[in-house]
Amino acid sequence: MVSAPLDAASALSLREISKRFGATQALDGCSLEVRRGTLHALLGENGAGKTTLMRLAFGMLQPDAGTLSVAGRACTWRSSADAMRAGIGMVHQHFLLVPAMTVAENISVGRGGMWSGFDPVRAAEQVRRLAADTGLSIDAEARVADLPVGAQQRLEILKALSHDVQVLILDEPTAVLSPQETQDLYAWLRRFVDRGRTVVLITHKVREALQIADDITVLRRGRTVLQVRARDAREGEVLDALLGDANTLHALADGRPPHGAGLRSAAPVLTTTGVTVRDARGVNRLKGVTTQVYGGEILGVAGVEGAGQMELLRVMAGRCRPNSGMTTRPARIGFVPEDRHRDAVISAWTLVENLALKEAGSVRGLMAWDAYRARAESCVRSQDVRATGVDDSMAALSGGNQQKFVLARELEGAPTALIVENPTRGLDIRAAAQVLAALRAARDAGVAVVIHSSDLDELFSVSDRMIVCFDGTVRDVALDRQAVGRAMVGLT
Amino acid sequence: MTPTGTMRRTDGILRALLPPLTVAAVVTGVIVLVIVAGHHEIGPSFGALGRGAFGSAYAIWSATLVRATPLTLLGLAVALAFRAGVMNIGAEGQFLAGASAASAVALRVPDAPAILLVAIPAAVIAGALWSSIAGWLKHRFGVLEVISTLMLNFVAQYLVSYLVRGPLQEPTHVYPQTASFSSTAHLPLLITGQRLHLGYAIAVVLAVVLWWMLRATGLGFRLRAVGAGAAAAESAGRIMVPRVMFTAFLLSGAIAGLAGGVEVTGVTYALYEGISPGFGYTAIAVALLARLNPLAVIGTGLFFGALEAGAAAMQRDAGVPFQFVAVVEALIVLGVIAIEWSRTRDEDGR
Repeated sequence: MVSAPLDAASALSLREISKRFGATQALDGCSLEVRRGTLHALLGENGAGKTTLMRLAFGMLQPDAGTLSVAGRACTWRSSADAMRAGIGMVHQHFLLVPAMTVAENISVGRGGMWSGFDPVRAAEQVRRLAADTGLSIDAEARVADLPVGAQQRLEILKALSHDVQVLILDEPTAVLSPQETQDLYAWLRRFVDRGRTVVLITHKVREALQIADDITVLRRGRTVLQVRARDAREGEVLDALLGDANTLHALADGRPPHGAGLRSAAPVLTTTGVTVRDARGVNRLKGVTTQVYGGEILGVAGVEGAGQMELLRVMAGRCRPNSGMTTRPARIGFVPEDRHRDAVISAWTLVENLALKEAGSVRGLMAWDAYRARAESCVRSQDVRATGVDDSMAALSGGNQQKFVLARELEGAPTALIVENPTRGLDIRAAAQVLAALRAARDAGVAVVIHSSDLDELFSVSDRMIVCFDGTVRDVALDRQAVGRAMVGLT
Repeated sequence: MTPTGTMRRTDGILRALLPPLTVAAVVTGVIVLVIVAGHHEIGPSFGALGRGAFGSAYAIWSATLVRATPLTLLGLAVALAFRAGVMNIGAEGQFLAGASAASAVALRVPDAPAILLVAIPAAVIAGALWSSIAGWLKHRFGVLEVISTLMLNFVAQYLVSYLVRGPLQEPTHVYPQTASFSSTAHLPLLITGQRLHLGYAIAVVLAVVLWWMLRATGLGFRLRAVGAGAAAAESAGRIMVPRVMFTAFLLSGAIAGLAGGVEVTGVTYALYEGISPGFGYTAIAVALLARLNPLAVIGTGLFFGALEAGAAAMQRDAGVPFQFVAVVEALIVLGVIAIEWSRTRDEDGR
């Protein structure tokens, strides 16, 4: 049910837009009305068409049908350059950065004429001013390749803002940000909007959208299914619009499941004792950390970005050698890294090859392809991975199905422990729920599960016990939102 | 937004065929342009090219396949390295190192019955040692192998110059080359009266072995994994990436060294400056056109062997400069890069 167009001056208007890719109708008469000076949340599950719609608005794609207008004037874009001249900026979900260049160079690249000079001192000064304006802290002279994922995301946002932007489109910008950084970004977006600019935020986090947005538009299967003022919207109504058959999914999305009681093993199966990790620059990322993980529990590890939780998980998973301290680790241990495309799978390879990758380091002699094929098939079955077959390339699967396959691979062969970093990042609600359910099932089967998630809601929904990292140290904290929040910023 | 399977299949065939066809058309067009621009006639020029490559028993067995031997072996060396993500463009230098080592053995161990059994392994080891310099520089100091292997090509070239004017020069000390090897140091010929030698058979067998190795063995899988995604290989596969890369340097260098040893004991029977007319560079085109598949290298090695044999005839009979081969090779390399680029762009754009 599409309500009448919202009032007030229009910043961006897309009407009756259709777009087809081959046999897939990505957008089917979809509309979006964005009022000037508002923060507009565009909600939808993966594949609902929200990114496609915004790529059309940004001139990266051309619509098959429908009209586009900016500030009330009808427009057609031949390319993104047209859209940028009209004051539209976009921050993409996937990074478009030059790793070998500095932050300042990345922001300067593509600006000015071909022959205009590059003044590193002035460029760095501009970046510092921009960073100060936005409250998005960044080292202007750092090489992008050396930046953590969160800082690269901040740079993407800064890059878009370095142009004169009236309408800023952000595609899932908070996926990699810590809670504090997310709050800072939202506060900044609010100030940006209060200065008369407009923001369109692509997201699938319903609660966040309700909290920070002025207007909400929900897409499902290429159609606009809900247009509403955020203050008038109820969470259930938005979830229903988002999911269609939402009844069973409410529980999965935010329900607190029963914790596994009495399953916990008597002795810890994974311990770290006085573990210290120094990074390449000689900074101590972990400072003498001691932890115990028991079988049959999910240990949640909270921490703002850079607090040491990533190093801790990697030490536990055996992917990072501590500079000092002791670890006891079981022989069989699964690891689901944060950056799936870089660290977990080879996208161009088939599922069978990606399964075989698990043992690539230790295979002597010949590859047992028949056995790997059978195991890949059982992985596909065990986690309900949607693929046409195990000879599909990994790239042909959706993100959720890729993640389910990785999880199945790491859970295969009954590991004693499983380490997971941000396991639902970028997944839609349905896939995220399936991934979390798989973690609980592993816990119920006696596996020691260690999880870090930058989404605190998610962490609270699965953890049996929590520890909080702050500045390279670790503390046990009660399962209490306030206590965890205080511990994350170093308060007791 | 992901298009559905049906759409990708029908569209995919077109998409897969279009770039190579475009490149083939552009390459043919440029060849015609080069010939016409030089005021040569197209018909006779192509006729000479075809005859030179396949026109007679001599063309096939003594020109095309003899030329294809080093190109196939070196193409395998490059393809293996590239598959493991090692950008070894130093096959030329490793070839020269192998040729030098085989020559030294062939000259210094005269008339021994098992001389080939020493000379060929010496070439293999020399090639591996030569590329291990670049491998060590990368491992120890992070020196990009594109730079180091290329530079080592020039070092190898001057090393050959020194050898043929110094320690290995022929007894009269007049010509910058070695004496001819004794017949005990000649690779057996495969067909009486033709120049085709055992080296080509070695190249074909090696191609099959490498293809099987990459597919079926743990080592081959590790090499491919490191090339396809080093971070995933290390994190998900627990592969020791530096060690696998060093192995790739050694294997690639060993094959290139073998090519050098085979060339001096199978074709030239002596070492001299300019023994390689850039085989190691042409091999990059051979490997890329084969899309780094060792089996396909047999075909692309043959193709470039025929092209070079035919071009020699075209220069002789129609007066078209031999250098036109270099133009064609460069165009093919650019074309393959363009195809790969359009493929990745398609995948990103989905």
